[in-house]
Amino acid sequence: MSSLSRDDVANLARLARIEMSEEELVSLSHEFTVILDAVARVQEVAGQDVEPTSHPLPLRNVFRPDVVLPSLLTEEALSGAPAQEESRFRVPQILGEE
Amino acid sequence: MARALRAGEITSVALTQAHLDRIASVDADVHAFLFVDIQGALAQAAATDAKRAAGERLSPLAGVPLALKDVMTQKGVPTTAGSKILEGWRPPYDSTVVANLRANDIVIMGKTNMDEFAMGSSTENSAFGPTHNPWDLSRIPGGSGGGSSAALAAFEAPLAIGTDTGGSIRQPAAVTGTVGVKPTYGAVSRFGLIAFSSSLDQAGPCARNVLDAALLHEAIAGYDARDSTSINAPVPQVVTAAKSGDVKGLKIGVVKELNGDGYQSGVRTRFEESLELLAKAGAEIIEVSAPNFEYALAAYYLIAPSECSSNLARFDAMRYGLRVGDSEGASAESVMKLTREAGFGREVKRRIILGTYALSSGYYDAYYGSAQKVRTLITQDFDKAFQKCDVMVSPTCPTTAFTIGEKSDDPIAMYLNDIATIPVNMAGIGGMSLPAGLAPEDGLPVGFQIMAPAMADERMYLVGAALEAALLTKWGAPLLSKIPELSGR
Repeated sequence: MSSLSRDDVANLARLARIEMSEEELVSLSHEFTVILDAVARVQEVAGQDVEPTSHPLPLRNVFRPDVVLPSLLTEEALSGAPAQEESRFRVPQILGEE
Repeated sequence: MARALRAGEITSVALTQAHLDRIASVDADVHAFLFVDIQGALAQAAATDAKRAAGERLSPLAGVPLALKDVMTQKGVPTTAGSKILEGWRPPYDSTVVANLRANDIVIMGKTNMDEFAMGSSTENSAFGPTHNPWDLSRIPGGSGGGSSAALAAFEAPLAIGTDTGGSIRQPAAVTGTVGVKPTYGAVSRFGLIAFSSSLDQAGPCARNVLDAALLHEAIAGYDARDSTSINAPVPQVVTAAKSGDVKGLKIGVVKELNGDGYQSGVRTRFEESLELLAKAGAEIIEVSAPNFEYALAAYYLIAPSECSSNLARFDAMRYGLRVGDSEGASAESVMKLTREAGFGREVKRRIILGTYALSSGYYDAYYGSAQKVRTLITQDFDKAFQKCDVMVSPTCPTTAFTIGEKSDDPIAMYLNDIATIPVNMAGIGGMSLPAGLAPEDGLPVGFQIMAPAMADERMYLVGAALEAALLTKWGAPLLSKIPELSGR
């Protein structure tokens, strides 16, 4: 039986960049015990000899001609921006203070 | 409607206005729409009327109004995918589906409600409140495309667009007594479809009868260089098939594993009755087995969350959508975390975390890797069965529409809704649901599912048209004529 502790969920939430309340961490860890049990059934039939399928179409290296087409204007691209400055996206600080 | 438009008996403006009036009257009860584009719709309708008056050659559905699932971008029109994280966003571009609708002069009336990012089977996961089933307002209209199916059943729109990742077109169609088709993967471009699970997502037509669905299918399908998974081949002759409905000599395979235990008795009654009608129409009914279908649900709930955890990483509060906690000195990481906490609903978070886990080092082979192998086994089951039959059939859902709130605290019970629809997505083939009647015990619609091999979508329309015609003869009137009148306001 697989299970996830509250700390496991907290670590996954950090990796997925989602802040979570204590209550949510605890309740999700309970739910995951049930969900993981249910989905772990895939291991019953997934033998060594079975090739995995990542995609329904057997496509490989789909190319198109390298032609320049009209693209979004700067104003259009910025139209949904939460914040902008001098025709650019303004984002919070990315690098540390030091 | 299309015929009346062509004959000049009605204008597109009048037809569109009548539907907008109906929306104004009943949508407070149904809540199928998140946004109604009154001005845009009437302008598009007027332009179509002008083209017709000028004698231009128009497409068969020109001037007919449509409801668009809110997961498709439409330039300048609010597009949320049912999520707070995109509330107020107006996309700067049209999806290919929208471009194709415009090219066919199909009038887009507004955006329909859905489970957040198409994750759900009831539309209860919408950040903007649930949609109600017009057959019984206390029940769910299916999901994720419950807004589109409810709009059809409530006569708010004659046509709608849905998207189907694990059944989000077919299950809503089944529980509302409407027709919904998931075409072969790659048949309809995904450009401008807000991605949930890229290897499973597929847009398709929703309508009140098989022929309308076929006409809409033909309007939106086709190769698109902007979607690298788009199929570069002619669109199957779905309209011809829907007009023919000739199933003489066709072999129909009943999936042994998608029937029996766990299926409501009224669902089974209607399913058996439909099989008899198809046999009477000249089809040969055989039984086929798909032993690995029982693992499809488990594999789906690993593959879809895995892909969504990656796809939804784009909602990072930087370029569009919600941004929370952007105070002086706040780091980008803290803004991302706070935004995603506030912007995503519970089911979305649950799936992102599950996907993050399934893809993480040390667990990848056991979960995501094994699920991909199950996908191969399911595809092989279909291949083997299609050597014996031309199409496969099953009930679309194990039960009729359940009550709003009934399953929202039990994710596993909720996921079981999709048990019969998921295999189709896993294999990338086509699936249709059409109404098979009402379950005697609760008087609610039952769906009949038809599955066809990849690139043979026309076979679903052939069988669908045959069954629809036989049922219409039996009933004397379409199923939706039995729907209770909405009081309106």
